[in-house]
Amino acid sequence: MYLQDLIFELQRFWADHGCVIEQPVDVEVGAGTFHPATFLRVLGPEPWNAAFAQFCRRPGDGRYGENPNRLGAYYQFQVGLKPSPPDVQDLYLASLRRIGLDPAAHDLRFVEDDWESPTLGAWGLGWEVWADGMEVTQFTYFQQAGGIDLLPVTAELTYGVERIAMYLQNVDSIFDIKWDKNVTYGQIRHPWEVEYSHFHFEETEAALYFELFDRYEAICKRLLERGLTLPAYEHCMKSSHAFNMLDARGAISVTERARFIGRVRAMARACAEAYVRSRAKLGFPLLTGDDRAKAAAAFAAAEEGGVNAAALAAARAVSPLATEVARGQ
Amino acid sequence: MASDLLFELGTEEIPSRMLAKALADLPALAKARLDAARLTYGEVTALGTPRRLALVVRGLAERQPDLDERVVGPPIGAAFAADGTVTKAGLGFAAKNGVDPATLEKAEVPGKKGLYVVATRHVAGQPTLAVLPALLTELVAALPWPKSMRWGWREVGFVRPLHWLVALYGGEVVPVRYAGVVAGRATRGHRFLAPGAIELASAADYVDALRPAFVIVDPVARRRMIEAELGRLAAETGCTVRQDDDLLDEVTGLCEYPVGVWGGFDEAFLEVPDEVLVLTMRTHQRYFAFDKDGRTANRFATIAATITKDAAVVRTGNERAVVPRLSDARFFFLEDCKKNLDDLRAKLDGVVFQAKLGEAKSTGDKVRRIVGIVDALRDVVGFDHRIARRAAELCKSDLLSSLVGELPELQGVMGKYYAARQLAADPAWADAAAAVGEAIAEHYMPRGAGAALPASLEGALVGIADRIDTLVGCFGTGLEPSGSADPYGLRRAANAILAINLDLGKGGERHTTLGAGRGFPIKLDTLIEVAAHQFAGKIEVTDTDCGELHEFFRGRLRTLLIDRGLAGPDVDAALGAGFDDVCDARLRAEALAVVPPAAREVFKRIANILDDAHAKGIAISGEVKPAMFVADGNTEHRLWNAFQGVVDRLDAAQAGQAYRDMLAILVELQPTVAAFFDKGGVMVMDPDAGLRENRLSLLHRILAPFAAIADFRLASQGPAAPGSVS
Repeated sequence: MYLQDLIFELQRFWADHGCVIEQPVDVEVGAGTFHPATFLRVLGPEPWNAAFAQFCRRPGDGRYGENPNRLGAYYQFQVGLKPSPPDVQDLYLASLRRIGLDPAAHDLRFVEDDWESPTLGAWGLGWEVWADGMEVTQFTYFQQAGGIDLLPVTAELTYGVERIAMYLQNVDSIFDIKWDKNVTYGQIRHPWEVEYSHFHFEETEAALYFELFDRYEAICKRLLERGLTLPAYEHCMKSSHAFNMLDARGAISVTERARFIGRVRAMARACAEAYVRSRAKLGFPLLTGDDRAKAAAAFAAAEEGGVNAAALAAARAVSPLATEVARGQ
Repeated sequence: MASDLLFELGTEEIPSRMLAKALADLPALAKARLDAARLTYGEVTALGTPRRLALVVRGLAERQPDLDERVVGPPIGAAFAADGTVTKAGLGFAAKNGVDPATLEKAEVPGKKGLYVVATRHVAGQPTLAVLPALLTELVAALPWPKSMRWGWREVGFVRPLHWLVALYGGEVVPVRYAGVVAGRATRGHRFLAPGAIELASAADYVDALRPAFVIVDPVARRRMIEAELGRLAAETGCTVRQDDDLLDEVTGLCEYPVGVWGGFDEAFLEVPDEVLVLTMRTHQRYFAFDKDGRTANRFATIAATITKDAAVVRTGNERAVVPRLSDARFFFLEDCKKNLDDLRAKLDGVVFQAKLGEAKSTGDKVRRIVGIVDALRDVVGFDHRIARRAAELCKSDLLSSLVGELPELQGVMGKYYAARQLAADPAWADAAAAVGEAIAEHYMPRGAGAALPASLEGALVGIADRIDTLVGCFGTGLEPSGSADPYGLRRAANAILAINLDLGKGGERHTTLGAGRGFPIKLDTLIEVAAHQFAGKIEVTDTDCGELHEFFRGRLRTLLIDRGLAGPDVDAALGAGFDDVCDARLRAEALAVVPPAAREVFKRIANILDDAHAKGIAISGEVKPAMFVADGNTEHRLWNAFQGVVDRLDAAQAGQAYRDMLAILVELQPTVAAFFDKGGVMVMDPDAGLRENRLSLLHRILAPFAAIADFRLASQGPAAPGSVS
């Protein structure tokens, strides 16, 4: 299966299961989780099902295109299902069958791997999914994002498409993956890996990126004050990337590292809180019928106790389990 | 009639280590609740796989027995009027407990004054089937998962999402529900090999009904099956499997039905050190390593969790999966080999060891202090100072190597390889390269209670310096352990210092038997003082801090010696006479076993009399004047003469640390001392100051040699427990 077909099949599969097929975010990010379609949409009571391929930059992981298994940037195919459906594992396994990883032929296992993003103030529990000893997916039940407790919980599936393609195509180097029938991954991506490794490790001007980090942070704060949550969050993503650039350049000492991560986390938190407030103000538009008003009213009534408490109150107001809870079960 | 109970929780994949803990915890949690519910039962077992946790209770009684329970009410003054009739309060109490007011009694209640009204309440036993739903719900909620999660809209947490419940008592379904799941009699088979529902008639069917559905629900049986699979793979490959019990436990929790598959990798990877290969495969892939002809083979074994159409596909996949891991390991190793450990050491100034240490917080600071301690102790121990100092300088450099960054368990081990490599290329150090490397690796030893000790004195010394620095730094900044919390591993650090001191002799040889060891000749007080001195000018370590640490060592040593079979009073008494030389303290504690209770009591009496005298401010010169003895010759004379008769033997024994011989002399003296105190003896605290002082001096002289062995005020409560070292 060609790499592009792998993505087509996953998109088709998840579209058939009710996902919006989003497109990648046009800002440098280190993981699909940074995409507003994940980080922001997991917050609050509104349902959301989406899938997209995301180009992820990891400046420090580059190897000048010389390592057949390591890249400074790669693709993640990410699916977010909110609320997590009860049969999410079965759905996921069906998606693997769709791309040719049949459990009758392969040893598929769910191995504990708790996920945490200190920069996003986010964590979840789940597994890395192994196919014959190879990690093919990160499977996470999001518990918290931007410091806010999530209700309902989102299931996030992150497929490593290169690994899966290497396996399915039986090739030993990422660069030999067939993108389609004529062109290889290497033909498209190898020059980038070489040049960007030089750029990240040798050419990046640390002073500029330190300055950019400070400026992005200031912009993020200012935009939040103006109630412009979405562009504020974009600058949070940009500072996170500036930090990754500095880290790859070796410009951040071990002690400073924790402080920079803390600054990004503070931005992510502030954006997350502002986002939930802004959705409440809009009346949680992805809810249906009466639920919008119920959730917004519950949010307003609990807002004095902070966004976290208000978001939980809004969710409880529209939870389908409310009747079960009321019956004491 | 008693019946069996089965309670199965069907879940998404429970993490292996959490499953193991839950399997260990579950029977006790269940028994506690069954006991509280007055239900009798037979064998209680926990079974489980990643996808299920099950409790099986054999012979669970059909119903609770009736209970006659005595309930204490208000004081009688409130429950009964002056004329003896029951008051309103008394009637209320009777009604609340469902008893006839005429049956109320008056009784004394332990811990309270006066009489209280007491009712005997009759509680009818409930059928077990009625008790179980609440009991099992409580049991599920009580499982102590290290982390639990929420899913969907549900706010009730569990370790992973819950999918089904089976609750059968006898043949009946127990109506339990948890997190929206209602219990029934249907379990499920293997996720891929037998995904359908399996109806169970009763608990007795459970294990056998799951076996054909490719679920080996008994973890012990599953572990055995994995061992058999590994044996099969060893035979197929002509290799032997590297024994790894922890990994075996972990993979037991990663499958419902184990299937062994072996694979191979390029021999070129064998240039990477053995520990790195094994740990890389284990950590990232949960592979077992193979040995052939006494060295690591380019083979591995994995335990698949399902039967596939063609095992070759699984093998090829795993062989492909391990290559990037091994390539990274080799890449990091070769990159690290290019680095200079002295350069890395300089960078340790940017690594925080302990933020609370302020100006002394970096790992670079720590290394300088370790070197300082090694220097300060250069004359105390007969170690090779040149090697120890170099090892101290380089002992933490590998923390900044790429491989240790990836696999922290390799700390020390990589330092050994890198140091040996770097120093071998340095003419000034080539002769000592291997020794410095070994000392670096060994300074982390022992890595746990009962683990192997360092083989070299230099490794032991650097390890002691590292740990005492951590201890002094933490005690100096208020980070000492409290309660069961010990986030900085200080108990472990102190135990390691003590274990080295107790078991590693002067010549580096190990001593575990009585009398063989003379210990590692660094005194604890010296060690604390030297380590505290390293902080001078950076943070203030007070005498109080050092005193607290000293007492902390006492507590650790006490536990350690009692764990080794010594009696508590013997240990307390021996440590009471000092423990800075811990090996000497152990010898003294061991020797005390020969002293019978009567001898302890009589010497305790001496110690108490001398204590009293001190408390009263009476000076004791220690000079005995026989001329002042009472003329009868029966008491003071007899005691003094007896003491004079043994004093040379005592001195000789003390010089040779022959504490057992000394205490045998104490036992010899005991009847004479007892007679001194007995009727017809003398009164020590005579009103005449001269006589009193002389008698106190006599006692002081007799006690002194033994007081150096033990504080007899702490030695009561009889002889050593049976089984103590003798």
